[in-house]
Amino acid sequence: MYGTGFGCLRWLAEGGAGQDVGRSCILVSIAGKNVMLDCGMHMGFNDDRRFPDFSYITQNGRLTDFLDCVIISHFHLDHCGALPYFSEMVGYDGPIYMTHPTQAICPILLEDYRKIAVDKKGEANFFTSQMIKDCMKKVVAVHLHQTVQVDDELEIKAYYAGHVLGAAMFQIKVGSESVVYTGDYNMTPDRHLGAAWIDKCRPNLLITESTYATTIRDSKRCRERDFLKKVHETVEHGGKVLIPVFALGRAQELCILLETFWERMNLKVPIYFSTGLTEKANHYYKLFIPWTNQKIRKTFVQRNMFEFKHIKAFDRAFADNPGPMVVFATPGMLHAGQSLQIFRKWAGNEKNMVIMPGYCVQGTVGHKILSGQRKLEMEGRQVLEVKMQVEYMSFSAHADAKGIMQLVGQAEPENVLLVHGEAKKMEFLKQKIEQELRVSCYMPANGETVTLPTSLSIPVGISLGLLKREMAQGLLPEAKKPRLLHGTLIMKDSNFRLVSSEQALKELGLAEHQLRFTCRVHLHDTRKEQETALRVYSHLKSILKEHCVQHLPDGSVTVESILIQAAAPSEDPGTKVLLVSWTYQDEELGSFLTSLLKKGLPQAPS
Amino acid sequence: MAAHLKKRVYEEFTKVVQQQQEEIATKKLRLTKPSKSAALHIDLCKATSPADALQYLLQFARKPVEAESVEGVVRILLEHYYKENDPSVRLKIASLLGLLSKTTGFSPDCIMDDAINILQNEKSHQVLAQLLDTLLAIGTKLPENQAIQMRLVDVACQHLTDTSHGVRNKCLQLLGNLGSLEKSVTKDAEGLATRDVQKIIGDYFSDQDPRVRTAAIKAMLQLHERGLKLHQTIYNQACKLLSDDYEQVRSAAVQLIWVVSQLYPESIVPIPSSNEEIRLVDDAFGKICHMVSDGSWVVRVQAAKLLGSMEQVSSHFLEQTLDKKLMSDLRRKRTAHERAKELYSSGEFSSGRKWGDDAPKEEVDTGAVNLIESGACGAFVHGLEDEMYEVRIAAVEALCMLAQSSPSFAEKCLDFLVDMFNDEIEEVRLQSIHTMRKISNNITLREDQLDTVLAVLEDSSRDIREALHELLCCTNVSTKEGIHLALVELLKNLTKYPTDRDSIWKCLKFLGSRHPTLVLPLVPELLSTHPFFDTAEPDMDDPAYIAVLVLIFNAAKTCPTMPALFSDHTFRHYAYLRDSLSHLVPALRLPGRKLVSSAVSPSIISQEDPSQQFLQQSLERVYSLQHLDPQGAQELLEFTIRDLQRLGELQSELAGVADFSATYLRCQLLLIKALQEKLWNVAAPLYLKQSDLASAAAKQIMEETYKMEFMYSGVENKQVVIIHHMRLQAKALQLIVTARTTRGLDPLFGMCEKFLQEVDFFQRYFITDLPHLQDSFVDKLLDLMPRLMTSKPAEVVKILQTTLRQSAFLHLPLPEQIHKASATIIEPAGESDNPLRFTSGLVVALDVDATLEHVQDPQNTVKVQVLYPDGQAQMIHPKPADFRNPGPGRHRLITQVYLSHTAWTEPCQVEVRLLLSYNSSARIPKCPWMEGGEVSPQVETSIEGTIPFSKPVKVYIMPKPARR
Repeated sequence: MYGTGFGCLRWLAEGGAGQDVGRSCILVSIAGKNVMLDCGMHMGFNDDRRFPDFSYITQNGRLTDFLDCVIISHFHLDHCGALPYFSEMVGYDGPIYMTHPTQAICPILLEDYRKIAVDKKGEANFFTSQMIKDCMKKVVAVHLHQTVQVDDELEIKAYYAGHVLGAAMFQIKVGSESVVYTGDYNMTPDRHLGAAWIDKCRPNLLITESTYATTIRDSKRCRERDFLKKVHETVEHGGKVLIPVFALGRAQELCILLETFWERMNLKVPIYFSTGLTEKANHYYKLFIPWTNQKIRKTFVQRNMFEFKHIKAFDRAFADNPGPMVVFATPGMLHAGQSLQIFRKWAGNEKNMVIMPGYCVQGTVGHKILSGQRKLEMEGRQVLEVKMQVEYMSFSAHADAKGIMQLVGQAEPENVLLVHGEAKKMEFLKQKIEQELRVSCYMPANGETVTLPTSLSIPVGISLGLLKREMAQGLLPEAKKPRLLHGTLIMKDSNFRLVSSEQALKELGLAEHQLRFTCRVHLHDTRKEQETALRVYSHLKSILKEHCVQHLPDGSVTVESILIQAAAPSEDPGTKVLLVSWTYQDEELGSFLTSLLKKGLPQAPS
Repeated sequence: MAAHLKKRVYEEFTKVVQQQQEEIATKKLRLTKPSKSAALHIDLCKATSPADALQYLLQFARKPVEAESVEGVVRILLEHYYKENDPSVRLKIASLLGLLSKTTGFSPDCIMDDAINILQNEKSHQVLAQLLDTLLAIGTKLPENQAIQMRLVDVACQHLTDTSHGVRNKCLQLLGNLGSLEKSVTKDAEGLATRDVQKIIGDYFSDQDPRVRTAAIKAMLQLHERGLKLHQTIYNQACKLLSDDYEQVRSAAVQLIWVVSQLYPESIVPIPSSNEEIRLVDDAFGKICHMVSDGSWVVRVQAAKLLGSMEQVSSHFLEQTLDKKLMSDLRRKRTAHERAKELYSSGEFSSGRKWGDDAPKEEVDTGAVNLIESGACGAFVHGLEDEMYEVRIAAVEALCMLAQSSPSFAEKCLDFLVDMFNDEIEEVRLQSIHTMRKISNNITLREDQLDTVLAVLEDSSRDIREALHELLCCTNVSTKEGIHLALVELLKNLTKYPTDRDSIWKCLKFLGSRHPTLVLPLVPELLSTHPFFDTAEPDMDDPAYIAVLVLIFNAAKTCPTMPALFSDHTFRHYAYLRDSLSHLVPALRLPGRKLVSSAVSPSIISQEDPSQQFLQQSLERVYSLQHLDPQGAQELLEFTIRDLQRLGELQSELAGVADFSATYLRCQLLLIKALQEKLWNVAAPLYLKQSDLASAAAKQIMEETYKMEFMYSGVENKQVVIIHHMRLQAKALQLIVTARTTRGLDPLFGMCEKFLQEVDFFQRYFITDLPHLQDSFVDKLLDLMPRLMTSKPAEVVKILQTTLRQSAFLHLPLPEQIHKASATIIEPAGESDNPLRFTSGLVVALDVDATLEHVQDPQNTVKVQVLYPDGQAQMIHPKPADFRNPGPGRHRLITQVYLSHTAWTEPCQVEVRLLLSYNSSARIPKCPWMEGGEVSPQVETSIEGTIPFSKPVKVYIMPKPARR
């Protein structure tokens, strides 16, 4: 048996702000194939540490020769941000796999990011728009549950992962060995996406994210209800609601949530969405209905839920309009842009409300107001007094500890590898997985390689005739259990076949050799040989009822194919010698017979 | 244009010709019917190729076979079976054998030997499976014959080792349907050892094919369904199957575990990897709970559904299902539910939350946290959050059933149910509101929960709002703030959706009468009275003001101190509302006012028994009628009918019985009147005109009998006989009248024959009831039947006339529960003076909202009729989805009726009413000699007649000519 190694290496967020803002990049070697999973960037750095260190993969030689393919799980920048750099600047020409929605939305995000980095911050040595385009040309889009043959041996298959539109888990399979990489996933459905699902594919290794390794979350219904109630109450009292969001993902969920609530409750208060990036993204959300949840999929024939009836595009001038309104504005942490502008306008009125739907990095306005600061220093020594209500709602789309366990339980892997989380938290989950699921679990540090031995199963072809013959001997219901089988294993041209021995001889052109054992048994018997033979015959006949015992005319006795002859040695007339002879195939019966005969014949009635 | 018209004419012409041809063709088919087996034989012999033979067989299978000729057909089929080489033809023959053996009136034991015989020699797996299926059909047809059952079981066991999953499937199915568990089966079939079927089936739980595994579990379930007690040993086997790779196996295994847990709830099973032991039902509950988070939604639905019916489970296991330990960064966190409860109990309620009040508190011991609970932990939390709404609905239903049986659980699950009011799918929301209503006896809503519940009142869906009103009718509220909140929200609802008026008033009526003490402190505020100043008198027509008054008056009923707080105009308004909305405003004991109705109301309750007695007595008096002289009889009948009608009005619970009997008596009265006419004695031709009364009576009796048969729910066979008998009498009367008024004998021949046929039908349908009809019209008629058959029409009529006069009045036995179907159209109210304007030729949609009481199967029977002023009538069939079922015996029809007409010069009224359609043959058992194939299904289900059962409502409409 061969042992095959998995080399796994990854880079983790080093310090920095977010739990999930690290660079995700994992290299897997499976049965001689090298696959790179995700190609993320770190948002916290502006220098070389931003991108993964690709020189780690091969010191010398081209990446294209070393890597068989690259797989991107979803469009978040910490999972795909380094892709143009990797393919165009470092140089990789092999295939890149991702799902259709990811393929559509990924370039928009990359372009947006590039603009901010290059145009606003003026960075050099960054990828260009053309590079993004060239990079996307190398992408091969896959469907859910479609098995894609990368080459003769390597195949990949995508499973639904929730999290964001188009997020997928990938199964990578070579021969009988397989790895599942989850990317980011969500086990509880939300208003626009379903829950992650995987079949019992029993991979050798499951690589799972563990962002919320030590958290068990409350039901999403309370959160949703709280959110809706707050918005509704504020609007009813004539206040304005500002919801700072990132352009993609949660924004759509909240939109759907508010839209359906408005529809249900028959409300007329306007909802606005800041334009730009979001509009483009919404367009894709409308197109990829099969990737959304049950409700949207079922009702889109009547009305596409992303064709918002109540949500309109926002215009700068609207912020000064009197009366209640709800505005979604980017960016999510209130550090710049439209959301901050609106915030400054509305902060003075206690009727208004700002709802922070996500985490805020230290130093941003969002973080300050969340931690209770009421007086903010803005640029130009202005002091902004915040009178509006500040609310925090966590809408996160990662699986919690229970969800991770559930997924591991669904896939039934042999080994689990935790990535994308903090070491301390992972330690807890690792312990739980080993305790409760009895699956060995690994949590490699950045740049660490884990090697796992696997037991390789070798398929062997068997001829139908032989199979049927052997099947006929056994009973059926225990068919799953291993069974002993007689046959000849032929290894030829690197394939294995199991055939019956006759056929093997015929195929190989060999003559059959017969192996016979003979044995002498001395008996005390004074009678003639014929009589002795007769006695032996009657004795055996009486004992071996299930076998065919014959007395041949020449005085010998046969049991099946075993021959027994009685002879009288010349020197001692009192003893007779029985010659027993059997072939190799009848070894069992033959040895039984000799031991039987050695015990002697029963005393004959004289 | 002309050419086009010409073409049209030709087209139509050719169409007519084609239809005629078709008719001829169908006639031919009927002629060939009798010699079925022979035709089949000839056909099969003619067949040159297997495909041909298959075609013939398929054709043959389309038509049914009479019971007498089944055996012959079977012989021919078997003969061909032996000869046939093609497996597909053999398969078809085998399936035909199965079909034929199901024919009623045919005993299939004669073909069993042959079937088993061909089974032994069959090589094709598919044919084998089909043959086993046939054997199953035979076996189920002969449930009494032990020997055959055992033999079939034996055959099934032999083929269990077949390599094809299809054959094994069928064998297991056979075992499940026919096998028996008892070892002490009579050994009349010697040589066949009785087998332990459960053990044999259990062995196949570990078959290599998932389909066979499923079939094995299904067979086991089948055994259970047939009433055989399964052994507890299979519990462990079934538990292993819960982790099967295939969803259908897991789904079936969940069912099996449920079955075992219901059979042996109290036996003790060990918990693996510990020394503890628990009750089997608890263990099974835990296992099924675990399946609520299965990978396949089919299994999840199945598991969630079954949880609801496990009522014997211990309460702490039950309460675990709602438990979910939250944590954040390894620190224990409280759920939003817990926080809300705490806020509430600390007196501080929804005061705007600070950020971080959900911050995790104490550290969690890492060792103690169980991420995958073995038990029931959080099953419902998962089920209610599931991705698929099917699972969520199933979970809500299960929650409802469990909460109904356990008050403490009901209290706990409240938070979760309230959460479900915000589900994204309306069905789920509706279901959870209904659930809440069902368990509302056990619960009291906290203020924060009430807040969430009331928020849903703004929902744009009418169903949701009405369900919520119903829920509020029977909720317990704990504080006066709660009542106030509810009132405010309901009034808000009223202004937003004025159509909900009635429903809101009704809701407030119950809310008031349930919480008089909570309403009392609110009264001054609600009536805006002031200790010193007189306030303006509110507008009496304001629905919101009426709503407030309804709440207060109903509370005042049981709270005698309340009227002291009323101001003068409130008393005036009370008097007005008591008259105009008497169903919403109760009688109050007001100071200084006489209470008229209070003396009456207690006496009615105590009189319940006497009124029943009165009913019985008056009916008995009538049934002794035949001895009285006709004049007296008529009078007595008239009085009794009047009495009964009045009784029905007074006593709503006896209304059904009273109406039913009154209708019957009215029929009898009409019959007597018709027969008493002096005109009968005079020669026929002279009285053409005058016989109107008799024929009208006959017609009316017919109508009334249809009403009796179809408008009442709970009519039993006993009554149907009497009703049909009455109808037969009416038909006889009709025949006599026609005989006297028509000249010429030709039409009479046909009528006589038809009538005699009907008598014959009557005899056949009600053969078992005939002994009860002593001395009746039919009884006498049947005695005279041989004479009637041979005599001429004139003679028949004469005989009928005398029999009709001499026949006794049949006693109508009263059914246990009888209710008259009724309908009230709520909307359109018919009050509007503004005509509904629309362009002629186009359609206008009219919203119709009606409540139906005691209508069986309203989806098929209730129709809407629109009568236009020009006499044009239109019948509209509402969609099945337009009917809601808010309670037992009650239905609600909310539909849209499309009106259209050509232009009118001025607005006019159309009448809208509801009809109950009936089909008299539907109630009668289908006669076996009428073959299903001959009568097309459309004819069978067609409407025979309609009974209007609601007051018509007039709607003002105005079709305008289209503007050019």
